[in-house]
Amino acid sequence: MTQRTLIPAILFTLASMTATSSAMARDSIEVVGSSTVYPFSTVVAERYGRASGKATPKIEATGSGGGMKLFCSGVGTNYPDITNSSRRIKASEFKKCQSNGVTDIIEVQIGYDGIVIANSVNAEPMMLSRKDLFLALAAKVPGATEGELIDNPYSTWQEVNAALPNIAIEVLGPPPTSGTRDAFAELGLEGGCKKIAWIKALKKTDKNRYKAVCHTIREDGRYIEAGENDNLIVQKLEANPAALGVFGFSFLDQNADKVQGAQIESVEPTFESIADKSYPISRPLFFYVKKAHVGVVPGMQGYLNEFTSEKAWGEEGYLAEKGMIPLPTKIRAAMGANTRGLVPMTGKEELN
Amino acid sequence: MTKKPMTDSSNHLDKIKKSLSRRNRAEKRFRWYGRMAVFVGLAAVMVLFTDIISKGHGAFRITYVELQVTYDQDMIGVENLTDPAQLALGDWEALSKAALRNEFGDVSGRRDKRKLYGLISSGAGYDLKDRLLANPLLLGETENVWILADDDIDTYYKSWLDGEPYAARMSAKQIQWIDELHAQGKIRLQFNSNLFTRGDSREPEQAGIRGAVMGSLLVLILTLMLSFPIGVSAAIYLEEFAPRNRWTDFIEVNINNLAAVPSIIFGLLGLAIFINFFHVPRSVPIVGGLVLTLMTLPTIIITSRAAIKSVPPSIREAAMGMGASKSQVVLHHVLPLSLPGMLTGAIIGMAQALGESAPLLMIGMVAFIVDIPAGFSDPATVLPVQIFLWADSPERAFIEKTSAAIMVLLSFLIVMNTVAVWLRKRLERRW
Repeated sequence: MTQRTLIPAILFTLASMTATSSAMARDSIEVVGSSTVYPFSTVVAERYGRASGKATPKIEATGSGGGMKLFCSGVGTNYPDITNSSRRIKASEFKKCQSNGVTDIIEVQIGYDGIVIANSVNAEPMMLSRKDLFLALAAKVPGATEGELIDNPYSTWQEVNAALPNIAIEVLGPPPTSGTRDAFAELGLEGGCKKIAWIKALKKTDKNRYKAVCHTIREDGRYIEAGENDNLIVQKLEANPAALGVFGFSFLDQNADKVQGAQIESVEPTFESIADKSYPISRPLFFYVKKAHVGVVPGMQGYLNEFTSEKAWGEEGYLAEKGMIPLPTKIRAAMGANTRGLVPMTGKEELN
Repeated sequence: MTKKPMTDSSNHLDKIKKSLSRRNRAEKRFRWYGRMAVFVGLAAVMVLFTDIISKGHGAFRITYVELQVTYDQDMIGVENLTDPAQLALGDWEALSKAALRNEFGDVSGRRDKRKLYGLISSGAGYDLKDRLLANPLLLGETENVWILADDDIDTYYKSWLDGEPYAARMSAKQIQWIDELHAQGKIRLQFNSNLFTRGDSREPEQAGIRGAVMGSLLVLILTLMLSFPIGVSAAIYLEEFAPRNRWTDFIEVNINNLAAVPSIIFGLLGLAIFINFFHVPRSVPIVGGLVLTLMTLPTIIITSRAAIKSVPPSIREAAMGMGASKSQVVLHHVLPLSLPGMLTGAIIGMAQALGESAPLLMIGMVAFIVDIPAGFSDPATVLPVQIFLWADSPERAFIEKTSAAIMVLLSFLIVMNTVAVWLRKRLERRW
């Protein structure tokens, strides 16, 4: 190494910094957002890329909230074109998008995802209700008198509900950063919480307190945060038949020899029961598209067409094969037409 | 008077003799502690390797099914194989579907047909297209082709060969078909070349590490090209030219400090500087290389300084004595002599960068990228990230893929570290 090679090397450094500082035009679609939708949008992206011969869209799993933040930062090729979300866009996010110039947003609901509570196939199957889940996992539960809340005293399932087996409550589930956890709290715990009359009444009088009561999960070691990796939860359940785990339906579907889903209010989590909504803990999945990018970033229309085609999101499509629960036929047809026709959100939707 | 020292020394001798066996025992124990420590380390490595290899060895072989394919022009809807517009519209899956119907003629009903088409990989049609394009004379002809099986079939067939069939995702019909194929010798395991020649895929049977390996390579080339010259120049200046004062002490403390900073922080820094300020696109090797340069710089500076320090002052003094200028001393004598040490440091730094995934999370390199990157500005991911993404996938066939990718990453690391040791042994000079 002499001066002769040292100086060009340093020059190269500076050159590469300045060359890239001018934003480049993209030839591939950029998708960010929910890790729940990620397995589905990646399949569509791959099929689209292979069939069209164009660049395959790039997909990052940043989580629903993180994706929305990137998506709403602005219009232009420096910002993502599409964000996936395992919940509907919030009113605050919609407002932020608008103020950053992202005015025309196309909302696409693609289907449902079931959240299952499962245990090892070596253990007895569980028959739970959402109220059982709430009483077993909430940080505070109703005490002896109405309006009184006490720290969760239950340590076995039998104490929660006499019909349940006498085993210790031990539930492995996702951490607070996960969308699955939010959905589990909202659909599972809140669903059970509402069954208690005076808490339900609270919703009208003191919404914040109602949410705090219904959504807060106990932190005394009965609910164990097992990380974002659902495969890990399946492995842990296999090793510990006494424990229950909370994860997405596709992992139950793929590991049916290791784990079994608990019946919730006597409905087993199956493809059919989630699709017809008789299984109570399921949530809608979405993605959001920047209309301004259609026609600017090549392939946007093609990707949307592929996603909303019957062979992708239909009842027998390849997304169903991957564990996504399709929308009912009528809604699907309307949603598909809406998407392909690039109809943006009006801003009059009832957002939370 | 003469007697007393005698007894004294014999007393000493007794004392020494008495303590000798105790000290010998302590010595022995101490050596055993050392051996135990080495043993525990080796055992941990062994457990890791056996676990990974036992899980991952299956991924190097994959199930293929032999089918009779007729390249029927009308069925594909392509007449001219050189016309890209026709090729894009061609119905390639029709080829593999027809071949399956041809093999199992008795299938009717939508459900059963779906199960039948599910026997082979969803990409099989495109594989046949590539085969046809490579040999256009096949158009209109019929041939027997080994076609990639679906991942569910692959998992089932492998577990069935091992005597513990996993059939949860198989229908009774599919199991019967596999039995038929097996009886006719039309299903077999082959070397899984896809693993090394293809990019990522959500279909486990089509997924490969080529994209991730290329991404790692591009990122490492950039990291080496940037961090080595910068690190070496900084080390030379600090060691040979800089005055010893409060400022250089301050810089030294900071460099040592930076070497211990968690790598995710370099990712955050990269996000703030390169992406948000300089507007470098997300997910490209340029930004990955820049971030990893920041991360490996302290390591390279520290090892380079140590290498320069180990060059004896007599060399410098002799050169000075012959009338060489300060920079001539450094460039003609100190630098060549310390280069082996610097290279070793650089290789270890590169190995560290190769195994890094946390800082890349922040700059968008943890992403699903199918196309194999060809340059520094194509979206790319790297090997550790690919492992992370596969470990997170629900499809069961990805479990063995994950372990296989870990094996590849480990072998790269072993090669790099071996080269570092070999270089040191070969080029090292003792004074």
